[in-house]
Amino acid sequence: MTDMLDTDILSAAREQVLERGIGLTEAQAVECLTLPDDRLDDLLALAHEVRMRWCGPEVEVEGIVSVKTGGCPEDCHFCSQSGLFQSPVRAAWLDIPSLVKAAKETAATGATEFCIVAAVRGPDERLMKQMREGCEAIRAEVDINIAASLGMLTQAQVDELADMGIHRYNHNLETSRSYFPNVVTTHTWEERWSTLSMVRDAGMEVCCGGIVGMGETIEQRAEFAAQLAELEPDEVPLNFLNPRPGTPFGDQPIMAPAEALKTVATFRLALPRTILRYAGGRELTLGDLAGKGVLGGINAVIVGNYLTTLGRPATEDLDMLAELSMPIKALSQTL
Amino acid sequence: MSDYCGRCGRQTADHAGPELTGCARALSLEPPRYCAACRRRMIVQITPTGWTARCSEHGVLTNLHLQN
Repeated sequence: MTDMLDTDILSAAREQVLERGIGLTEAQAVECLTLPDDRLDDLLALAHEVRMRWCGPEVEVEGIVSVKTGGCPEDCHFCSQSGLFQSPVRAAWLDIPSLVKAAKETAATGATEFCIVAAVRGPDERLMKQMREGCEAIRAEVDINIAASLGMLTQAQVDELADMGIHRYNHNLETSRSYFPNVVTTHTWEERWSTLSMVRDAGMEVCCGGIVGMGETIEQRAEFAAQLAELEPDEVPLNFLNPRPGTPFGDQPIMAPAEALKTVATFRLALPRTILRYAGGRELTLGDLAGKGVLGGINAVIVGNYLTTLGRPATEDLDMLAELSMPIKALSQTL
Repeated sequence: MSDYCGRCGRQTADHAGPELTGCARALSLEPPRYCAACRRRMIVQITPTGWTARCSEHGVLTNLHLQN
């Protein structure tokens, strides 16, 4: 019995991750992801301890909005905004008064982050102008950090976004390097990594995560966690595939809740200090079990709606956090 | 009674059973994409706390009410 405990992955993770703050290796992540379901609660409990020890009790709340929807030239197989698929999503453009209104709605929830997202390969001059003017208009009326997600950037665009005061830039690697060609063929994983490197060098916070449940193997999921750990992002948004009609992944099964929760906890153990955010697909995948993730490594949430789908009302998430005695991070703590 | 499903655009008369139930359930977590009156694809804008869906023929539907 003692020998078994000495080699048990959770015992090893307790000493390595909880006590010393060193994230799981890829091989260790595979061990956690393949734990039997009757160890799930132990895994979640350890991930929660790690989160409390290395991140603290605060939860970062964010709202997101799409400034440019649909008509994207890329072929990300999970995305209903690609212009290459028979998706019912039509192209749309959000004007600046609507952007400001969305920022106000977000701030009213107690959120400290407002992320402006565009479905593009990379921003053109029209989009950069919209960002410039949008940021100025939001700052004039709303006290909130502005983040952006505009696809792949040139160095000049990175510099311009930094000059605009963009607090954090999101660019997801989406999945492991080995599985990426099964998800996207119009650009490479390495091109995404290049944008992330430029963002970091320019002084913006790096937000980089992805989607699980896209048909990747457990080993590729562990590979992805290890590759994110190598990147050392400030934030990792974790999405669960919500199969969208008309996309190549439209018929993928929805991930089982236990598998999703093991993924949450394993990513926390691989990334002990990062902001690990619940993002899209959690309502569909976890339903009422979402609270178990918040007690299993999650320390940030997207509240309200997503880009093309709806979330649950922000008040439900805020009530859940209050019931779990999880304080919402204040704006003063993020500056 | 709507003529078309807001999610998949099929005629509701031909759209019954588990498929209709599935679309109805899905519409609790996504806005309609097709106009229920004419099946035109709508321009949908989603914000953190709401959504609007505009049909060029039948006006704007929101999460709160139908506007013409």
